[in-house]
Amino acid sequence: MRRDFLLGSLRTAAGVGLVGLGLGLYSRQASSLPAWALRPPGALDEDRFSGACIRCGLCVRDCPYEMLHLARLEQPIPTGTPYFIAREAGCEMCEDIPCVVACPTNALDHALTDINDADMGLAIVSDQEACIAFQGLRCEVCYNVCPLRDEAITLDLEQNLRSGKHARFIPVVHSEHCTGCGKCEEACILDEAAIKVLPRHLIQGELGKHYRLGWEQQQQAGGALVTPDAEHRYNLPEGMRYDHGGEGLIEDATPFPSNPLDTLNKP
Amino acid sequence: MHDYPGQSATAEQGWLKAHKWLILRRTSQLGLLGLFLLGPVAGIWLVTGNLSASMTLDALPLTDPLLLAQSMLSGSLPVMSGLVGALIVLAFYALVGGRAFCSWACPVNLVTDLAAELRRRWGIRASGRLSRQLRWWLLGLVLLFPLATGVIAWELVNPVSMMHRGLVFGGLWGMGLAWLVIAAVFLYDLLLVRRGWCRHLCPVGAFYGLIGAGAQIRVTATRREHCDDCMDCFEICPEPQVIKPALKGASPGLGPVIRSQDCTNCGRCIDVCSKDVFRFRLGRGSATLPAAPEIAPEAVTAAPSRSSSRPASRSSDQPISRPSNQGSSGLSNRSNHLAHSSTSTTH
Repeated sequence: MRRDFLLGSLRTAAGVGLVGLGLGLYSRQASSLPAWALRPPGALDEDRFSGACIRCGLCVRDCPYEMLHLARLEQPIPTGTPYFIAREAGCEMCEDIPCVVACPTNALDHALTDINDADMGLAIVSDQEACIAFQGLRCEVCYNVCPLRDEAITLDLEQNLRSGKHARFIPVVHSEHCTGCGKCEEACILDEAAIKVLPRHLIQGELGKHYRLGWEQQQQAGGALVTPDAEHRYNLPEGMRYDHGGEGLIEDATPFPSNPLDTLNKP
Repeated sequence: MHDYPGQSATAEQGWLKAHKWLILRRTSQLGLLGLFLLGPVAGIWLVTGNLSASMTLDALPLTDPLLLAQSMLSGSLPVMSGLVGALIVLAFYALVGGRAFCSWACPVNLVTDLAAELRRRWGIRASGRLSRQLRWWLLGLVLLFPLATGVIAWELVNPVSMMHRGLVFGGLWGMGLAWLVIAAVFLYDLLLVRRGWCRHLCPVGAFYGLIGAGAQIRVTATRREHCDDCMDCFEICPEPQVIKPALKGASPGLGPVIRSQDCTNCGRCIDVCSKDVFRFRLGRGSATLPAAPEIAPEAVTAAPSRSSSRPASRSSDQPISRPSNQGSSGLSNRSNHLAHSSTSTTH
């Protein structure tokens, strides 16, 4: 009797253990988010999100622009979780953030009250060869649709070296302001967008923690921290100076007087 | 003899009465689905969300407590609406019977009921043997996952939420591969194990059973002495082990109330019984009947013939006695033990 019971329990435990193992391995695969799928505003970082979200779809329903979806089983997105695809429809950045308000857990963090603080990803001008602004053509669509125009995306003027006489209006993304809403990628006029919104960690670099930029340190300290900078000395003819600022060689006095005899007679 | 459970009830009392609770239950199941579908299909947004969490008329939040528990175990704090919603659901099912969720709300029940019905009609008797305790193990696993890995792993495969979410958010054709999971549950129930999903494996049902352990609405075998042993109720019941103590417990001194948390309150036993043995009653009842000798002399003189000779049997017109705690004799101790052992036997 006892033997049967123990054996039965062991079998059950082994079976459940196998199911658990399978589910565990599957969940490792199935709970990773592809780079092209973005989470709604306020979403916790992916590790915590996949634990907090209960897949109810209230955020999807409360989005007035219907740009959020719930992942289906066959999609490579954790089943039932909300996502959007920037190229199809970006986040319109509602001021009252209804998706966050609707969330019954803190998967969409209720601490997010200003939509401009949202961090759904980061835009990057990923293809300078395709982007027509880099060919010297006027486009500026991404810049114009940006909800944080002139903050998250600016247009930087450059000389157009091809024509030699025109300007190039280059879109530049600023990571401290970009919310990753995806409107730029949605609006990009190319067949395949040259500006894309991706998870921040796929884009941003990070300087080594030990790294110090000398000039910043100097500015903070108000002066050189080690030996004072040596002044560069030029061995120039008398009466001449050199200017780093762009003027180059400066003649204070003419080294060669107009009368050549004066030079020859110099002691 | 007869061909299918409920045949004699249908013949004697009419089709409608022999299917009353089934019709009500299907109405509830389909009506709930309809309420959720009213928004996406007709644009009338009475309810948003799905069975995992929903919002009714912008006022009533409802949250699946099992899912919220998993979310919290992963280390996430819920917000007020989620918490209140879960408490409402907990309170509701604690009152009406936790597994009423299974038979009155869960969409998978439509699939598994169909499988069970086809099993009966096609005479598929072969069934694999599985422990009914498996669901408890799985429930443990479901709760362990978010705690250990921080991921609600169960929701990646849960057929219950997958089916409801698929229907509400994708419709019949937009469900994608979720259909395969539903089909798998159906075929498993039909060909491999009788009532294999709901009765043996589903951790959601196990959880709701736990909630409703002290439920106040119970199926009660009020006229069990009229039972003619036709076995229809056992045949139709999705959890047949719950019936026996109440129906056949008179001689060991067990009460007529079905007290097992496994009972789904589906009411099919009430439908199929041609002798009207069962009915829904309020109150849990006590595990045992009050012992006959302890009835006060006045009561005996008031109803001398019944209570003294056959304490367990009651006639139909006599209301069932309220549970009393006075039965602490040796008899009730023994029958407590009996009640316990008969509900925990594995089939």
